[in-house]
Amino acid sequence: MSHSEVTTESRAVRVLLITAAGGVVTLFLLLPLMAVFIEALRKGWEVFFEALRDEAALSAVKLTLTAAAISVPMNTLFGVAAAWAVTKFRFKGRALLISLIDLPFAVSPVIAGLVWVLLFGSQGWFGEWLEKYDLKIIFALPGIVIATAFVTFPFVARELIPLMESQGSDQEEAAVTLGAGGWKIFWRVTVPNIKWGLLYGILLCNARAMGEFGAVSVVSGHIRGETNTLPLHVEVLYNEYQFSAAFACATLLALLALVTLGIKSAIEHFTGHVANGH
Amino acid sequence: MNYRINTSSTPLFSSRLIAVASIALPVLLGLASCGKKSTSGKTGGSHTLLNVSYDPTREFYAEVNQAFAKQWERDHGDKPDIKQSHGGSGKQARAVIDGLEADVVTLALAGDIDSVAKRGLLPADWATKLPNNSAPYTSTIVFVVRKGNPKAVKDWSDLVRDGIQVITPNPKTSGGARWNYLAAWAWAEKQFAGDPAKVRDYIGRLLRNVPVLDSGARAATTTFAQRGIGDVFLSWENEAYLIEKEFPGKTEIIYPSLSILAEPPVAVVEANAAKHGTTALAQAYLEFLYTDEAQALAAKHFYRPRNSKQQSKLPALELVTVDEKFGGWAQAQKTHFADGGSFDQIYGTK
Repeated sequence: MSHSEVTTESRAVRVLLITAAGGVVTLFLLLPLMAVFIEALRKGWEVFFEALRDEAALSAVKLTLTAAAISVPMNTLFGVAAAWAVTKFRFKGRALLISLIDLPFAVSPVIAGLVWVLLFGSQGWFGEWLEKYDLKIIFALPGIVIATAFVTFPFVARELIPLMESQGSDQEEAAVTLGAGGWKIFWRVTVPNIKWGLLYGILLCNARAMGEFGAVSVVSGHIRGETNTLPLHVEVLYNEYQFSAAFACATLLALLALVTLGIKSAIEHFTGHVANGH
Repeated sequence: MNYRINTSSTPLFSSRLIAVASIALPVLLGLASCGKKSTSGKTGGSHTLLNVSYDPTREFYAEVNQAFAKQWERDHGDKPDIKQSHGGSGKQARAVIDGLEADVVTLALAGDIDSVAKRGLLPADWATKLPNNSAPYTSTIVFVVRKGNPKAVKDWSDLVRDGIQVITPNPKTSGGARWNYLAAWAWAEKQFAGDPAKVRDYIGRLLRNVPVLDSGARAATTTFAQRGIGDVFLSWENEAYLIEKEFPGKTEIIYPSLSILAEPPVAVVEANAAKHGTTALAQAYLEFLYTDEAQALAAKHFYRPRNSKQQSKLPALELVTVDEKFGGWAQAQKTHFADGGSFDQIYGTK
């Protein structure tokens, strides 16, 4: 099959379009990615590994992993529950719930951070109460987790809702007529249908959780070696003129992005096969 | 829920396993690192000190902390762990007010510590607790221009010329920016013999030449030095020398005819220190700033030390103080930087 049968455009137009697309991809995606790695290694491998072995860097990595480890499962549970409720049932306030799920996408992350300071800061609504029991939320791990969770709130639900919408509830209804209970239907009918979408949603949620800057920056307090996440640590290093170290830590985030993309295409590849199998 | 996995059919088994694992694994990981964190916090105990500071002091306090930890270890046998947080001075004060538990604050200007004191975290007369108004080192505001001074910037009058881009951070969030603003104001008052309309006109024209107002001095430095934006950077003197060190051969320092004596103060945040049991350590830490060793470090990082032994290195120039020119920080804050102050009036009508 030759190309001319598929497209009606002339060869020149095709070449032009492909070059333009390739140029944009190179300029906006490949070049910055390469720049991160080149800058990171500018002063050699020694400086690169030194930056990653630094105590503040390790603590930043640990904090980032911890924040993601708590907020991602939380949002996964919520996302599945919300998508299940919204797509399998019709109830009052359903439209409102769908809009609310999208709220974190619509709100600027900085505002999202400030809201928590207004609620939990010493001068905030619950500030006095927290002080009384010596509970620390803002400028400590809980605040960072809450801010991360808020920003990454919609990812899983948003991934699942269209998928479950398109699948409808025929299979679940069939299961009910065959006498299956709620849990059984969920685990044996719903979950197998959405597993790849779910995994994809978790993946995106995790990538964003580890990369979040704005909201976390507001609630972090920027204590070196304690409340700096990896993206914040990159900023600190950059501000201290340690450009190579900053980019070295940025490579960790870039690698995370690449791994995420890798798994994502693997999932797409896999699901393609599953679809063919049916 | 576990036994359900065993009873499920094969294709389901794998997906459920993935789902369970993807939830359980990070949770376990998280719990593990949380556990570790709390134990290390305990062993740190009362010997962890949090110094919440402003932007250009990063390199200075990195060295001071090491020197102090060494001295404290020699005298008391255990090494304190001193944590740092840096940012725009006003922003940092705000964070302490909102609950960032600083044991000591080392900010850009007295007004910011005053606002922390207003919330009852330290006494209102905090400035009397240490020598020299609790300001162990001083600095001033200078101009940084591109190498060779291509726009021939000599003094404050040059900053309002057409086609000159001035970089200064936002006075609402940055302490350095407030010093910049007052220095410009002081020069204009002298230049126009106190004519308020002309002073305001000058400040307005100066602000019109500012393309971006960054939130902190360090962000503004990056804008000027790293990103190459602007012709003149109104900078802390010590930051100006740091730029020369980090970007050799790219910039020049210009001393204007008049500038302001900046006295960045330090104070123990008594409420927090008492809560952490670090009062003695915090006090010793700030007193250490007045020792020969710390004063030499201040000079090394281009601050103007109080200790006269180190002073000769930086050029002398006419310096006005906030107390004599603006009636102290409380007054200056109210007149110029509070909501509806002169900055809002002039910048608002930009």
